[in-house]
This record gives sequence, structure tokens and C-alpha cells, in this order.
Amino acid sequence: MPQVSMTVNGKATSGTVEGRTLLSGYLRDHLGLTGTHVGCDTSQCGACVVHVNGAAVKSCAILALEADGADVATIEGQANADGSLNVIQQAFQDHHGLQCGFCTPGMVMSAAALLKENPKPTERDVREYLEGNICRCTGYHNIVKAIMAASGQDVTAIAAE
Amino acid sequence: MPKDTGIGAAKKRREDVRFLTGAGNYTDDINVRGQAYVHFLRSDVAHAKINGIDTSAAAAMPGVVRIFTGADFTGVGGLPCGWQVTDRHGVPMQEPPHPILAQGKVRHVGDPIAAVVADTYEQARDAAEAIVLDLEELPAVVNMGAALKDGATKVHDDLTSNLCYDWVLGQTDDAAVQAAFDAAAHVTTLELTNQRLVANPMEPRVAVAEYSRGTEDYTLYTTSQNPHVIRLLMCAFVLGLPEHKVRVVAPDVGGGFGTKIFHYAEEAFVTFAAKACNRPVKWTASRSEAFMSDAQGRDHVTKIELALDADNNFVALRTNTMANMGAYLSTFSSSVPTWLHGTLMAGNYRTPVIQVNVKAVFTNTVPVDAYRGAGRPEATYQLERVIDKAARELGVDPIKLRRQNFITEFPYDTPVALTYDTGDYNGTMDKLEVAADIVGFAARRAESEKRGKLRGLGVNCYIEACGIAPSNIVGMLGARAGLYDAATVRVNATGSISVMVGAHSHGQGHETAFPQVVAEMIGIDESMVEIVHGDTSKIPFGMGTYGSRSLAVCGSAMVRATEKIINKAKKIAAHLMEASDTDIELKDGRFTVAGTDKSVAWGDVTLTAYVPHNFPLTEIEPGLEETAFYDPANFTYPAGAYACEVEVDPETGKVTVERFAAADDFGNIINPMIVDGQVHGGIGQGIGQALLESCVYDENGQLLTGSYMDYAMPRADDVPFYAVDHSSQTPCTHNPLGVKGCGEAGAIGSPPAVVNAVIDALHSGGMTHVAHIDMPVSPSRVWSAMQG
Ligand code: FES
Ligand code: FES
Repeated sequence: MPQVSMTVNGKATSGTVEGRTLLSGYLRDHLGLTGTHVGCDTSQCGACVVHVNGAAVKSCAILALEADGADVATIEGQANADGSLNVIQQAFQDHHGLQCGFCTPGMVMSAAALLKENPKPTERDVREYLEGNICRCTGYHNIVKAIMAASGQDVTAIAAE
Repeated sequence: MPKDTGIGAAKKRREDVRFLTGAGNYTDDINVRGQAYVHFLRSDVAHAKINGIDTSAAAAMPGVVRIFTGADFTGVGGLPCGWQVTDRHGVPMQEPPHPILAQGKVRHVGDPIAAVVADTYEQARDAAEAIVLDLEELPAVVNMGAALKDGATKVHDDLTSNLCYDWVLGQTDDAAVQAAFDAAAHVTTLELTNQRLVANPMEPRVAVAEYSRGTEDYTLYTTSQNPHVIRLLMCAFVLGLPEHKVRVVAPDVGGGFGTKIFHYAEEAFVTFAAKACNRPVKWTASRSEAFMSDAQGRDHVTKIELALDADNNFVALRTNTMANMGAYLSTFSSSVPTWLHGTLMAGNYRTPVIQVNVKAVFTNTVPVDAYRGAGRPEATYQLERVIDKAARELGVDPIKLRRQNFITEFPYDTPVALTYDTGDYNGTMDKLEVAADIVGFAARRAESEKRGKLRGLGVNCYIEACGIAPSNIVGMLGARAGLYDAATVRVNATGSISVMVGAHSHGQGHETAFPQVVAEMIGIDESMVEIVHGDTSKIPFGMGTYGSRSLAVCGSAMVRATEKIINKAKKIAAHLMEASDTDIELKDGRFTVAGTDKSVAWGDVTLTAYVPHNFPLTEIEPGLEETAFYDPANFTYPAGAYACEVEVDPETGKVTVERFAAADDFGNIINPMIVDGQVHGGIGQGIGQALLESCVYDENGQLLTGSYMDYAMPRADDVPFYAVDHSSQTPCTHNPLGVKGCGEAGAIGSPPAVVNAVIDALHSGGMTHVAHIDMPVSPSRVWSAMQG
């Protein structure tokens, strides 16, 4: 069986995988990084979003072997160095942007990628960017609000404070 | 002034930190040393006789541990139904067996036929492909009307027909109902479908079981909203295991929405197989599997008739509903179209004569059971749609027509078996009119029209019965379980507190909200209180979380247990201060002797309870731990008014939700931030039902919407921001916190608002021939309706 190695959250990792092993499977089953969730089998839900070489990627949609040599970031590596929540994570907590928490890792990783390319997104920008991330709990209201707040925008005027 | 601590404070959720850092512990994150994996071979046809299952080639495949078929489960019970409904003639419903693995026949796409246990999941799946099935396909019954025809193919050969029951509630005398209709000045009739939905919590179901040969104990980790109920049903009815030898753990659960209430075959299977294979066994559903094995929701076809007198007062209501049960009776399926639906047909209105008729029907489709709201969305939708249609036919303002017919005096006995304890429907409607800025609508419509769009406003009310339920009443109605809940408050020597609750949190934020109550009662910091849930070995008992019951029922148990703690602690404090316990007051975590400056701190008393050197040992026991079971005296009745504004593109029929406002009366509120979030989520699902979602089978029973490619889930850009208001508060009169429950309201109240708004938009564009469009109100349906 093939060998794969990649940097995950700054640490070198390697393992033996099947050709068909998905990146999500490598992260969860081989590395025990179970923060990356799997919510579907058609690459539609976004619960599995991680960063591969800085870009948001659905880890269920690529093979572990395709990420050989890559620099991968997952939800486990997002907090600040002192363990405190980073700006996006903190905004999700402050604005109640999560309920069951299952979609949350993917949402946070997508939000990080969005804010990197669009530091002050409008509501529409956020909603359109999140096309590939399904949340069944929140009705998206507080997720959109949290991401806008994380970008430094004042969200106090948004309905239903 | 908003509070920053205790009851009423918008405390940020403590559980968020683990979820935000990837440190949650969901069932699929649990792996047991030496585990094998099971893959279920499921039927790909809706109805067939099983003439043979040849597993020989599969059994020889690499890694295969054992292959199970129905034959391995002949000595084992089937999955039970938890509610025996009695029909209009007093005869119990038809109740077919529901085997763990198919016996002789498959009855829906997804029905499990065989289970392959192997060293790896891939090996199990590969081996399942090598099983040779000899299936003799039979005609499938999918449509309920066809299923009820004489001579229709039967889903269950041993039953007399596909009719599970024919039920009636309210005025059972048909002639009396007809007389009320005959005397009416106006009758509005509407036929509609409340389409089948798939609950789709983002975490698919998972079950992992292990068996210890040494102790003969089982542990089942499962994605459940109610681990004690699973243990009880599985032990008592399915596998015949001693309850005390089985531990069921539901750790972090990624959403439930009803579909994780039920006891499923896969849970029983892994528990059984763990012993049979002498290895832990794990099952993780793929999303495709979830679409054909999670109990689905709704699927009612209804004719509703509303009679009004010459002054537009509602005088009678009659409904005829067919409710799809699917191929088997899921755990609470039978109660949904009856006691959770018929009883709500009075809505918020004084209607003296009501008759609700429900036929529950078996079809070759995935079983149907409770989905967020369970019966109450179906009741609300038809009632609020027919009222809107009546208002249009009579040329009266829909809000005014509703207000005119509101129940205004409480308690109110409805003609459909409930007693509403309290409410203020006019007050709540006042709040809605502000939150929705109804007066500004005309200007917004004009602005939309300038852009060539049609704009509509839809308003509706809802009421729901939550906090299920008084056990003696539901027992009379056929429930096979009690519906109380339980909590143990364990105070540690150093004063910190663990509260073991029967409710299960899978997004509702109990870990944050419940401590707010206990901390306020004692006057200590919330950080000293920890909630323990989801593990039958840790909590006393519990009926779990569904039906917006957690705070109203389990929260009440927690309050009662905390009261017992406080009473005992006062006795200890009295002893320490050589006073009478009736003189002891507890405030801000200190016990004082009334009228003196003598006091002891909470921590002194808790330490004394566990180091009882100076302690009234002849009067009370050492330690400080109390349990309470709470059985509610009545349901609770959250109610509200919702408003939706849509734009319809007359070129394409596309509907966009521009504004949505909700005014709810939830009684007292513990954590307003969490309550807002619950309402938001419900509205999101309700908009999903109104515009997007539909679970579709073809005439052969093939599931056409088996993945997110075909089943349209609401996404962030399908919904707007929501304005929610819960300042209208009439506290529940019969539970200690005065709370009513908020988990389902959004999903119950929102679909009719959306559809009413679409109809309003079309009428504003002159398309007054459009009386109704069934959900989901897709562009093609709107466009066809517009064409007439
Ligand atoms: S698990 Fe990757 S998109 Fe759903
Ligand atoms: S928080 Fe549950 S799916 Fe988003």
C-alpha cells in the first residue's frame, strides 16, 4: 500500500494508506484529527473543509495521496498559540454561530479562507461564499453575523440582536 | 437592564470551545480497540420477496468476520412502536413486525437484508457486493390513495389492508359537524400536501457497540437524542438483555431534529453482533444510507374545510388527512398524525366544532416519524393556509380575521382535547406587527414593483403543545412509556455541582443554560455547575430531548432536585449556626439566620455534608445529593405570530425570501441568545420546507432524492436575516420555571407564512386565480400556477 506524507498543522506526518483513502479519512482515522467531519458522500456539505496549501478544500473530495507533500491545516490547528480561540472562532462563540457543532469546523475553515481573499465581505458575499457549507441548526443567521463580525464590521444593527 | 448571569442572561455557550477547536467527541470519533466494521446490504427495490441470499462467496472474502441475515434474528424481537393508537371504533391500530434484518420480504428501498462484519469498512463493503440475492420484485405501493384501494398490493401480507388506523378526534358525530357547515354563511375548502421531508441532521447516524465477556456488560455508543429510551426499547423489546448490563452512551450528537429519537435496527444490530462476533462492531452511515434509513418526516395529504358565520366568526372546522407511515411503524410514528397533530387543530382560535379525521397508511417507502415539530407543523400549515384563503375569499384583512377569532380567555378547553393554560395572542401579534414593520410593507412592495418584481406579505399564527407530557394522560391515549424526566443534583464537598440530567443536548446548549438555573437558585457562579448528560451509567433516568421538552420537563426536575438540596443544606446550616432551619435564608451563596448577622458560606455547608464531624446525624444523612423525577401536569403551549415577505420574479417564478419576522411567546426565558438561535434554526428549516425540500419517490418506490445532489437543503444564500422577538411572555402556569419550550416553533410557524406570502404576491400581480401552491414552492410550480 502506498506511503503518504504531509505537514498537518505544522507537524510532519506520514502513513500507509489505500489508494482510495480520502484526505478526510487520513486525517480522521490515521492521525486521529477527528475535528474534520464527514457529513455527506457527494462533496456537498462542507463539514470536511480544511486548507491545503492555503486553499479551502473539501477533504472528502481529494485522495490522501493527492495531498502528498502538501501543507494541510485543520480546525485543530486554528486556535492562537496560547490556546485561546482565534478571531473567527471567538466571533462564532460571541454570536452563537454554532449549535450542534457538526458543521462548525468546516464553517470556520471556510470563513478563514473567505476573509483571506475578501477581508470585508458584505452579507451577500458571505452567503454566496458559504454555498458549499450546509448547516442544519442555525438557519445561518448567526454564522453570517459571526463572519462579518470577525472581519471587524459592526454587526449590532443586524436584526434580532 | 439585561442580566449578565443567571436566569435571563445571554451567556455565551461553554460547549462552543470544544466544538470550535475540533475537540468535540461525536460517536464516529469513538473507536474501540479491536473493532470490526459492519456494512449493511440494503434493498435497492421497494418491494420484493427474498427467495434466497447466497453469502458463500462473500464470506470467503478477505477480512470478513461474519455475515448476518434475517435468519440470524428469528429468535429476536422486532423494533417496537411506542404508541398504540386506537381507531374510531375503539380497535387498536394494525401493527406489523419490524425486523432488524429483512425476513422474507423487503418493503422499502434501504430495507437492510444482510450485514457484513469485517476487519475494515472497505472489506465489509467489498464483501457485501459479493452477496448474491435472489429477489422476486413485487409491485410497490407508493401513493397513499392507491394503497387504500380495494385489492391494492399489501405492504404486509399478514395485515388486512394497508390502513394502519382510521382515527377521529373532536366532534365524532358527523351529522352534528355537517349541521354546523350547513348553517354557515361561508365555507372555505383547501386541499393540500405537506410533503415528505428528510430531517438531515448534519451528522449521519453512527453506532458502536462492545461486549465484555468477563463482566457480560454491553456498551453502545450511539447518535441518540434519548439514550435511556434506546436502552429500554432495545433491552426489553428487541434483544431481551438485562437493562442493568447495558450502558448506552450518546456523546456529542450533531443535530437530531427528531430523527435521532427512534430506536433503529443498526443500534440493535451492533449490540447483538458485538457479542456474536466477540468483537466491538462499528457502523457509520453514509449520507446516502441516511437518506434511505433515517425515519423521514411529514407526508400528509389533507382536505380542510373552515366554516364561518356572517360576521366572519369561525364556527366549524373539518379535516381529512392521509398520513404516510412508510413501510413500518417507527418508534413514535403512530402518535404524530394523531395526538401531536389532531389536538392542535384549534390553533389559536375559538372554533366550537372541530372534527379531525386521519387515516394512517402503509406504503413501500422509508418509515415516517417525528421531524422537528412532528404533527404540529402539519396542523399549523393547513389551518393557517385555510384561514388565509378564507380572508381572501371574504375580502377581509388576514390579520384582522385572525385577531377576531383569537382565544382570549385562559384556561381554555379546546374541542380537541387540550387545555391551554395561558397565552396572549393579540399581544404577540402586536409584537409581530412591529418586528415585521407591517406598516412599511406597502412602500417596500412599491419599490419591488418598480424593479419588475411582485412582493407579497404572508402572516400566520401557530400554537404548539410542548413539554410532553403528563404520563397518565398519554398513557390513556396509547403511549407505551411515561414522559416525565429526571435529574440528580450532586453537590461535591468543595461546593461544585454536577447535575445529571435525562435531557440530551445536541445543539440546544443545555450545558450552558441549565447551570444558569441552578446557579441562580443557590446564588453561586455558573462555572461551579456542570451538566452531565447522554450516558445511562451516569444519569438516573431520562426520556431525552424532543418536543421542546428539555427545560419544561427535565429543567423542572432539576429545579425540584435543587430545591431538595437547598432544604437539606439549610438544615446543615441551621445546625452549624445553632438556629432553626426555618429561619435560614440562602442568598448569594450564603446561608444567614434571618434577622441576625450570623452566616455560613455555601462551601462550608457542602464541606460539612461530606465531613460530618459537627452534623445532625440523627436527623439527616451525610452527603448532599438529590434526585427528582418530574411529571408535568399539562403540556406547555408556546404560541406566536410570524410574517414573511417574498419577492416573486414574474418571468421565472423564482421566490426569494426578503424579510422574515417572528414573535413568539415562550413564557420565561433562561438564555435569550440560545432561544434566538433555536428560532433562527427552525425558520431556516421552515423556509427549506416551503421553498426547497422534498423527498420524492417514483411510482416504483425508487427514492429519487437520495443525496444532496437531488434533495435541496437550504443554504446560506436561500435565507435572509431574521427579526425575532420574544418579549411577549405569558409564563407557563404549571411548571416551576414558567417556561414553555422553543425548539420547534420556528419550523412550525414559518412554512405557512412563506406560502401565504407567495399567494399574496401573485394576487398583487393580478393572478387572483391562484388559490394555493403546494410546497416546495419551486419556480416551476409558481410559473405553472401563474399560467393558470
Ligand atoms: S463530507 Fe465533504 S462535503 Fe460533505
Ligand atoms: S451547528 Fe449543527 S449543523 Fe451547523
